[in-house]
Amino acid sequence: MISRKEVEHVARLARLHFDDEELARLQGELSQIIDYVQQLAELDLSGLQPTSHAVALKNVFRPDVPVQGLTQDEAMSNGPDVERGQFVVPRIG
Amino acid sequence: MSPHRLDVLDLTAHRCRELLEAGDVSATELARLYLHRIAAVDGAVQAYLLVDEEGALAKAAAVDAKPRGERLPWEGVPIGLKDIFCVKGMETTCGSRILKGYHPPYDATIIGKLRAAGLVFLGKLNMDEFAMGSSTENSAFQTTHNPWDLERVPGGSSGGSAACVAAAEAPWALGTDTGGSIRQPASLCGVVGLKPTYGAVSRYGLVAFASSLDQIGPLTRDVKDAAALLDIIAGRDPRDSTSIGLPEPVGTPSRTDLEGLRFGVIKEFIGEACEPGVREVFDSAVEMISSLGGVCEEVSLPSVEQGIAAYYLIAPSEASSNLARFDGVRYGHRASGADDLYEMYTRTRSEGFGPEVKRRIMIGTYALSAGYYDAYYAQAQRTRTLIIRDFAGAFDRFDFLVSPTSPSVAFKIGEKTADPLAMYLSDLCTIPVNLAGLPGISVPAGFSQGLPVGLQIIGPHFSEKGMLGAAHALEQRLALPLVPPLAEVAR
Repeated sequence: MISRKEVEHVARLARLHFDDEELARLQGELSQIIDYVQQLAELDLSGLQPTSHAVALKNVFRPDVPVQGLTQDEAMSNGPDVERGQFVVPRIG
Repeated sequence: MSPHRLDVLDLTAHRCRELLEAGDVSATELARLYLHRIAAVDGAVQAYLLVDEEGALAKAAAVDAKPRGERLPWEGVPIGLKDIFCVKGMETTCGSRILKGYHPPYDATIIGKLRAAGLVFLGKLNMDEFAMGSSTENSAFQTTHNPWDLERVPGGSSGGSAACVAAAEAPWALGTDTGGSIRQPASLCGVVGLKPTYGAVSRYGLVAFASSLDQIGPLTRDVKDAAALLDIIAGRDPRDSTSIGLPEPVGTPSRTDLEGLRFGVIKEFIGEACEPGVREVFDSAVEMISSLGGVCEEVSLPSVEQGIAAYYLIAPSEASSNLARFDGVRYGHRASGADDLYEMYTRTRSEGFGPEVKRRIMIGTYALSAGYYDAYYAQAQRTRTLIIRDFAGAFDRFDFLVSPTSPSVAFKIGEKTADPLAMYLSDLCTIPVNLAGLPGISVPAGFSQGLPVGLQIIGPHFSEKGMLGAAHALEQRLALPLVPPLAEVAR
């Protein structure tokens, strides 16, 4: 069972806020899901390498040739608050 | 032939192409035919999030202005797009409030390929938010209804794409598949759905869910169209370093027998979880494979039973990392009135994401957090290795593996929303295929309770050509009547 405190800690890490009711519900749901995935802990997987990609590739290179990317205006066209070519955000902490 | 006598229910994409080539219909008439169809039935089906009537008609007019002899093969054929692909200038929401109003400044690679082939974009299709779900009920905007029974889900996450093709609101559509999101809705809606080998199709410009599992693929009315659309979108792309392309074009499948092919029936996928009606359809499909000359034998892949557990660690872990970019700074929703940056991030994300997306971000963040990484994420990645080995062992003995695509037919809207784990368990047969990066296709195999049931064929990496040939042979023999009742009523 995951504790309420753990749920709050993970929510902070994930930059999510939940009210009391949501926290209680999440605590139950996450515990249920974590209990379910716990079955993996019972497998003997010693000696097996973890797979990150199923179709292994290595050293994928391309020629180092400059290509036209987005313009600054295009790249910023969806910004919710933009000023003189910069994204504006509230003060930090 | 007068376009008024054309019936969308008889059309596949290759039929559209033939009509255009023969001059029996103009691209504009064809686009209008589908726009009318959408206007007639989408109020009930709700497959589309956005219909781009103006853009579709403009593109169609441009095609019509070209002499027929100078057109590309698929030029003027309409298509529907899951709302997960970046289309320059066209709103792309990924089914989420956090991306409402987002107009990508660039095209996904596959969108560029569709444009180069001259296809006409009808619009964007509904999906579970960020492709997380099996029913479209997690869309922030609407739930899509299954054309076979409007009280039921179309499956998900590419439920809009599957329902749209089943209801003939487009001749074909594109979706994405991370754990079954093309194949399961294809099964539930009675259409063909193909998830290519990981790396066959570029993911550049696809809004990322779980990057090591996501793959783009076609949802179509027949196997021939699935092959054609795969050939249009496949290919290595310098902008996606995991893309490889296909060894050769799959071409037009024409096989009508299964002589000389060995099929493994995956024992773990036909157990208790499988509905009796689904099992019955599956068993008769296996008999049909034999009658077509294929050899069928049961095979056990013990590790696939851990597939769901591994998936529900790996996919949320990757998602929690991928979705960190939605912070209200560069695009999408931003919460107003926050005093500082942390509060802005937190309020933006809490307002913008729906409950299932938050749940998965929480699971992923937990699994990756200090002290748990080895116990969960690394253990899941080792399980993945085990699953890959089991498949590789099976492919030493068999050309292809078969199973039901989904253990059940389409369920009722609201039936599974209260229990997230139950919803996850319905992806039993499709998830291991993504974990191993294999190609899989769902083809309609019959009906249970009047609802479509799909057969899944799984092949080794890059075996799409052979897999589509086998699917074609089966499809031709089955010759199922795949017109949903909705379509009959609204005709």
